[in-house]
Amino acid sequence: MNDMTPTREQREAQLQGMGCKRKRVEDIRFTQGKGNYVDDIKLPGMLYGDFVRSSHAHARIKGIDASKALALPGVIAVLTAEELKGLNLAWMPTLAGDMQMVLADGKVLFQNQEVAFVVAEDRYTAADAIELVEVEYEELPVLVDPWKAMAPDAPVLREDIKDKTEGAHGRREHYNHIFKWQVGDRPGTDEAFARADVTIKETFYYHRTHPCPLETCAALASFDKVKGELTLWGTFQAPHVVRTVASLLSKIPESKIHVIAPDIGGGFGNKVGVYPGYVCAIVASIVTGRPVKWVEDRMENLSTTSFARDYHMTTELAATKDGRITAMRVHVLADHGAFDACADPSKWPAGFMNICTGSYDIPVAHLTVDGVYTNKAPGGVAYRCSFRVTEAVYAIERAIEVLAQKLGMDSVDLRMKNFIRREQFPYQSALGWEYDSGDYYMAMQKALDAVGYKELRAEQARKREAFKRGETRELMGIGVSFFTEIVGAGPSKNCDILGVAMFDSCEIRVHPTGSAIARMGTKTQGQGHETTYAQIIATEIGIPADDIMVEEGNTDTAPYGLGTYGSRSTPVAGAAIAMAARKIKAKAQMIAAYLLEVHEDDLEWDVDRFQVKGLPEKFKTMKDIAWVAYNAPPPGMEPGLEAVSYYDPPNMTYPFGAYICVMDIDVDTGVAKTRRFYALDDCGTRINPMIIEGQVHGGLTEAFAVAMGQEIDYDEAGNVKGASFMDFFLPTAVETPYWETDYTVTPSPHHPIGAKGVGESPHVGGVPCFSNAVNDAFAFLGSTHIQMPHDPWRIWKAAERLGLHQ
Amino acid sequence: MIPGQFAYHRPSSIEQAVRLLADLGDEARPLAGGHSLIPMMKLRMAAPEHLIDLGGIADLKGIRDRGASIIIGAMTTQNELIHSDLLAAKLPIIRETSLLIADPQIRYVGTLGGNVANGDPGNDMPALMMCLDAAYHVAGPSGNRTIKARDFYEGAYFTALQEGEIVTSVEIPVPPAGHGYAYEKLKRKIGDYATAAAAVVLSFSGGKVATCAIGLTNVSETPLLAEEAAEILIGTALDPASIAKAVSAAEAITAPASDGRGPADYRTKMAGVMLSRALQRAARRAAA
Ligand SMILES: Cc1cc2nc3c(=O)[nH]c(=O)nc-3n(C[C@H](O)[C@H](O)[C@H](O)COP(=O)(O)OP(=O)(O)OC[C@H]3O[C@@H](n4cnc5c(N)ncnc54)[C@H](O)[C@@H]3O)c2cc1C
Repeated sequence: MNDMTPTREQREAQLQGMGCKRKRVEDIRFTQGKGNYVDDIKLPGMLYGDFVRSSHAHARIKGIDASKALALPGVIAVLTAEELKGLNLAWMPTLAGDMQMVLADGKVLFQNQEVAFVVAEDRYTAADAIELVEVEYEELPVLVDPWKAMAPDAPVLREDIKDKTEGAHGRREHYNHIFKWQVGDRPGTDEAFARADVTIKETFYYHRTHPCPLETCAALASFDKVKGELTLWGTFQAPHVVRTVASLLSKIPESKIHVIAPDIGGGFGNKVGVYPGYVCAIVASIVTGRPVKWVEDRMENLSTTSFARDYHMTTELAATKDGRITAMRVHVLADHGAFDACADPSKWPAGFMNICTGSYDIPVAHLTVDGVYTNKAPGGVAYRCSFRVTEAVYAIERAIEVLAQKLGMDSVDLRMKNFIRREQFPYQSALGWEYDSGDYYMAMQKALDAVGYKELRAEQARKREAFKRGETRELMGIGVSFFTEIVGAGPSKNCDILGVAMFDSCEIRVHPTGSAIARMGTKTQGQGHETTYAQIIATEIGIPADDIMVEEGNTDTAPYGLGTYGSRSTPVAGAAIAMAARKIKAKAQMIAAYLLEVHEDDLEWDVDRFQVKGLPEKFKTMKDIAWVAYNAPPPGMEPGLEAVSYYDPPNMTYPFGAYICVMDIDVDTGVAKTRRFYALDDCGTRINPMIIEGQVHGGLTEAFAVAMGQEIDYDEAGNVKGASFMDFFLPTAVETPYWETDYTVTPSPHHPIGAKGVGESPHVGGVPCFSNAVNDAFAFLGSTHIQMPHDPWRIWKAAERLGLHQ
Repeated sequence: MIPGQFAYHRPSSIEQAVRLLADLGDEARPLAGGHSLIPMMKLRMAAPEHLIDLGGIADLKGIRDRGASIIIGAMTTQNELIHSDLLAAKLPIIRETSLLIADPQIRYVGTLGGNVANGDPGNDMPALMMCLDAAYHVAGPSGNRTIKARDFYEGAYFTALQEGEIVTSVEIPVPPAGHGYAYEKLKRKIGDYATAAAAVVLSFSGGKVATCAIGLTNVSETPLLAEEAAEILIGTALDPASIAKAVSAAEAITAPASDGRGPADYRTKMAGVMLSRALQRAARRAAA
């Protein structure tokens, strides 16, 4: 060895593998405006589509007259439900087993619903033409309040299924009922409640909001009549699923459908489902023989494609008088809007709401969820969370606070007393999940120490006294939340989408000169897959991350996968990467053994090479091996160095965390200032600490937005309010608090590299933390629950009700 | 979010602009910074067939010292207001208010003239101009005239401007040295219009309020001049009881809309809170 030979540490550093704060490779193009989004794609002869939308929330359509629009120069076609019926596409299946109108068929069921699709030479002409389409409506009574959906005299919304008593998830009890979903032990729960020393019951409304990605939804369809092939570019979080659905609907073989998701500007669940715009662009391309592009504007995005939440959660806890929780009972009234278009795995009509026992060892529980129709936009997607886990965590973390208040205990002590203990993992929850690993006590303790929790409570006590004496008009709130996520859908035994099992995949090809390409079934929307996936491969097979290309989104080249949402990319596809890489490594070991003339068992792996045990000078690097694999493989061995893995995880992963927020609230204006926010996340093995931190910052910012003001609201006539950035709260850097981040590491025992997923945790844990801080500020005055969003006027109203303005 | 079709004109003098407006009639609209007008056009709530861009008219620019008053050209941007040393010295409340309008990007193009002529009660400058007793110099088909800010606002998007008239400049009397001032604005986030806002300019003499003017933003169809509230304070030491009385008088003239910023009762109360805070801050800044 001479002194030019790199040391082991230098070789390791050069790989930029797992654990390295590697800079995001995709940012080079994003920060220079060199990304390639759907709207950047321009094809010769391309047309533009735009929607005529309903001004009413519920109305019968008496007639549509498109003649004036068709007379406008540049308008090529106007599609209505009548045209789509010819292709059997006036309705389409949703991921939740319902049917949804593509274009209004006889009636409209929510404001801004798609009524007609105008196709024109350019988007300006299309925008002019939609104003010229005359639609005659006959207004119908509007149903906005989900609590009135099942009244005997409620308006009939879905005439297509009004007499159907069996839905996709069992019996329907009313024509506006979608499903009733039950989990757990009802008699056992009832009995525990009957025997309890203390019980609490509160209805927590998790309001309707929207994922609101920076880039809105868009599609570009190009049907080649000669070849009978359809190419579809779109903002798809799950391109392969789109291909399968498109094939099932259009009867075009999957091999002749090319779905391409180029760069995507954020998804957060908004881009999982299939929207009328996609279908109309496809149909319009088939009809006109030209490529057709459709791009949503911001108001269309906020008011029509996939809201999130809208859960009314009546939550009960039973406990002993010294604070041992003995049972939980939850009923959810779920407002799904006009169609059940939730993007959950098909068997889960309320997603993973049954994770609602949270981080606590609750012996028995029972959950019921009733889904109902209302005259609102469809959706119910998982906005930066795994299928309703945000709702579940909100319910339990608010309920814990309310119970602590009733018991006269500090909520942290109550949490500590009821945590699932480290030695209980793998832990079977009362509502049917097997938690993989955790050390909740340690994480909570670390968080308390970091913020100086005891001193904060002492300061709060002093401030409350000063407030009572009239010396200050500010109240201090301390919010705590402890969450357990459930991500990585998922084991095919639990999860499928329309029958497609939720595995994921990776194909790695090592090129002869030692660089590589990995193709994936997932699809990044800003998460940084190109950066982190390469790091996993770098560590597994010793090729520098910079020499590894990661490619996603093209269904012709990528192996089949279920896409990116629910923090599933690292738990599922990340595992597929490791497994594919290990296949390559196994073949490489055979080649190295052949070249070094030793038995495979006499070799050991060292960073980027196989070396003979005890003789580190005798080695073959992966780069050496790659060349040989192609050009001089051992006799009898197939040339090449590549592998594919399809990974069906044995279980979900369960990231967790402890968050603490300190807030100061001006009771005269209702303005809440976040003084401090501390977030400790445990996502198992940490692939890239810098990306984790970025994800935590983003997730917390969205949590702050949702908790403190972001909502999609309706007035009594079903008019959607707040569907523009004037009202929809998207915090800027000015409003966003400073984030303190921290971590513990509890690897997942069943994941090949122990990683659990992190992108959504901060959102899941952040929302209840903010809400708990606001609620905590007022708790000493006897307030048990103040509904979200906690915008200034609602906080002011709460203070008003408590008599603080006299 | 795509406006209807329109033709674009860029005159280089006030006369040309006025003539174009007269010739093209009510299908023509002046365009200043475009940050109120163009969003309305994108929503198709406004669909002018002709835009007369005032951006090429040098005479509409600039801030001039007239001793007892300051004249600001209509096309002066909000950013220029923020960076004027003259205004900082003589009318610091303009800078304070400008900094609370929208965000830096919008302030680079949004103009004072557009802000006061727009007629939206959400704009911050109108109530301030009423508070300062500013006058708008106007040019139109039948010549030039001057309209007091306090007489200008008639309803939401209705002003005293006649068809074809443009605001050419805004003239503001300089308040006495040693005056106290404050603009207090409650908003949900950067770039938001006021939930409620209050402008206060006052002066003291011998420990008592000698002069006081109060403007209120976005709590009625028009910006408001709270005359009675100001009257109540004259001669007082701005003690809590007097402030409370003035606040009640100011609240009484509000009639806000219920919107995403909050229900009407909340916004009325916020007008009161903003006023009370503005009074106290103005008092701290004033010479005794
Ligand atoms: C996101 C956002 C946030 C904002 N927040 C605020 C805020 O907090 N506070 C606030 O005050 N404003 C706010 N604004 C508005 C901004 O200040 C505008 O720039 C201002 O209202 C209008 O000025 P402008 O120069 O852009 O006028 P334009 O939009 O060009 O014109 C506005 C109207 O006035 C007319 N007009 C313009 N100039 C003249 C003239 N010289 N004579 C006669 N008529 C004329 C136009 O025809 C039009 O009807 C916001 C705007 C945006 C987009």
